[in-house]
Amino acid sequence: MQQTTFVSGYYLDDKDLVEGIKALQDKNIEIADVRTPFPVHGLDKVLKLRRSRLPRAGFIAGAMGTAIGFGFQAWVFTEAWPLNFGGKPYLSVPSFIPVTFELTVLFAAFALVFGFLLSSKLGPGADNVIFDEEVTNDRFQILLEVSNGNSEQLQSELQAVGAEGVQHHDV
Amino acid sequence: MYVSPVREPLISGEKSYSKVTEDIYAPMTGKPGKLWFGGLTLALIALGFGLFSIFITVWDGIGTWGLDRTIGWGWGITNFVWWVGIGHAGTFISAILLLFRQKWRTSINRSAEAMTIFAVMCAGLFPLIHMGRLPLGFFIFPYPNTRDVWVNFNSPLLWDVFAISTYLTVSVLFWYMGLIPDIGTIRDRLVPGIKKKVYSFLSFGWTGSARHWARHESMSLILAGLAAPLVLSVHTIVSFDFATSVIPGWHTTIFPPYFVSGAVFSGFAMVLTLMIITRKAINLEDYITKAHLESMNKIIIATGSIVGIAYITELFIAWYSGVVYEQYAFVNRAFGPYWWAYWIMMTCNVITPQLFWFKKIRRSFAATFVISIFVNIGMWFERFVIIVTSLHRDFLPSSWSMYSPTWVEVGIYIGTFGLFFTLFFLFIRFFPVIAIAEVKSVLKTSTEKFIKKGK
Repeated sequence: MQQTTFVSGYYLDDKDLVEGIKALQDKNIEIADVRTPFPVHGLDKVLKLRRSRLPRAGFIAGAMGTAIGFGFQAWVFTEAWPLNFGGKPYLSVPSFIPVTFELTVLFAAFALVFGFLLSSKLGPGADNVIFDEEVTNDRFQILLEVSNGNSEQLQSELQAVGAEGVQHHDV
Repeated sequence: MYVSPVREPLISGEKSYSKVTEDIYAPMTGKPGKLWFGGLTLALIALGFGLFSIFITVWDGIGTWGLDRTIGWGWGITNFVWWVGIGHAGTFISAILLLFRQKWRTSINRSAEAMTIFAVMCAGLFPLIHMGRLPLGFFIFPYPNTRDVWVNFNSPLLWDVFAISTYLTVSVLFWYMGLIPDIGTIRDRLVPGIKKKVYSFLSFGWTGSARHWARHESMSLILAGLAAPLVLSVHTIVSFDFATSVIPGWHTTIFPPYFVSGAVFSGFAMVLTLMIITRKAINLEDYITKAHLESMNKIIIATGSIVGIAYITELFIAWYSGVVYEQYAFVNRAFGPYWWAYWIMMTCNVITPQLFWFKKIRRSFAATFVISIFVNIGMWFERFVIIVTSLHRDFLPSSWSMYSPTWVEVGIYIGTFGLFFTLFFLFIRFFPVIAIAEVKSVLKTSTEKFIKKGK
């Protein structure tokens, strides 16, 4: 893999972070990543993150669950082994609803969780680089990607917008 | 940002972000205290006794229980319904209160969700053991078996299999996804070593990236949206086990809402009982405050009153229906040989929670602790009353009978307490009891002074 280098700086408050990012964006500096201890309200808009497609994945999987759940029960009771339970109709729709509902939820939940893990490249054994262990505590970190050795320039830009602990990272 | 000057802060003590991390991480460090070891030992003894009782049940058969041909469901199903009900608080807090944007839930959702998972595990044991022969458990799953026969999809008992297993799976997923960022926090506090490696593995490589957070939030919201109807469906389906049988006292349409509110009622009581002790034991008084207590007690009044109305409605409808069997079932509940169980249920579930109308009582830890235990007892008796008094005298007086549990049944019940508490003690030792990241995200909106200091 190609070697990438980063420059990082942090804030101790989420409001300062958002202001810092906006100041950098005004100077047309691209933000590689922002790492925070908790979801900062409005950060996705500032960073212009694409809206997550997870809800769509959840809906499609849920619809599959509905179809499979209902279809399977209908197949069992009309095709595979029609049994007469107390004179009820073979295709008794109301009594198929609970299982259909549960499978809808189950499929959608799995799709959401695995969709989240796969799209974020998280999972058992994932070995992501952590630049600063205090990010999960109280630091709001900005990461800028270095290109053409402009590390020092980026470092001074970060300092100019009030970031603390500005430093260079080789990955 | 607007901060209400009237509302109490969600977290007291004017914490900074790093103080929150420190406070919640503290109980996981150092040597566990005597209290923890003592508690865990007791829980393990109870679990051992339970396993022995299960062994006796499986070895000698279901005849070691007090059941007979009239009363086919006794303590086993009572405990099953009770434990499933206890589990409902966790999902209610984390899913329904998330959708309603109740920020106070952040202090209790993690532990309540853990209780959900442990309680559902305890509950799931009972139907399995009740089969008497454990391998029969295979036949409740629809798989292409050698007999070529499928399960009966018209049966509420089968719906239960799907409901409970889906509920357990989704609860575990929801809980663990919420834990990932906090496990990451723990990972970063540890010095390099085996423990750090383990937490690093469990944290799934969490970095706190804004992209991940955005997806995490969108996933949590949809999961909550799915879990909210799921939690309502689970106890609805449990109530169908009874409501679809043609037994006087069971065959009522009121059961689904009545069971669901009863479940949330008992679940909240259990969460309160445990969290009142836990907050003291591991110094989380600033995180679980009187305001939390009050909010939870308000839900207890609401659900408890719904349960109370349901009891009275049942009585009225029994009289109004003009069906002698139905009328007898209710007269027999209140004044028959099991009158004491009925009146314990009535007192604990209908009268005691009404005390929470007094502000002093619903903001008092001691009073809440006592009342929450009353509610737990009352809700256990509710299930006992529904199951045993309805069965023991049905249509044919020649088959009337009385039921009392044997030591084996009691032993299994004690064993599930052992399982529940063993898991709970391990949980409070190895995982953050409070959702660290979520608490940090509500810290500012709750404390005006913190904002001033932060700026």
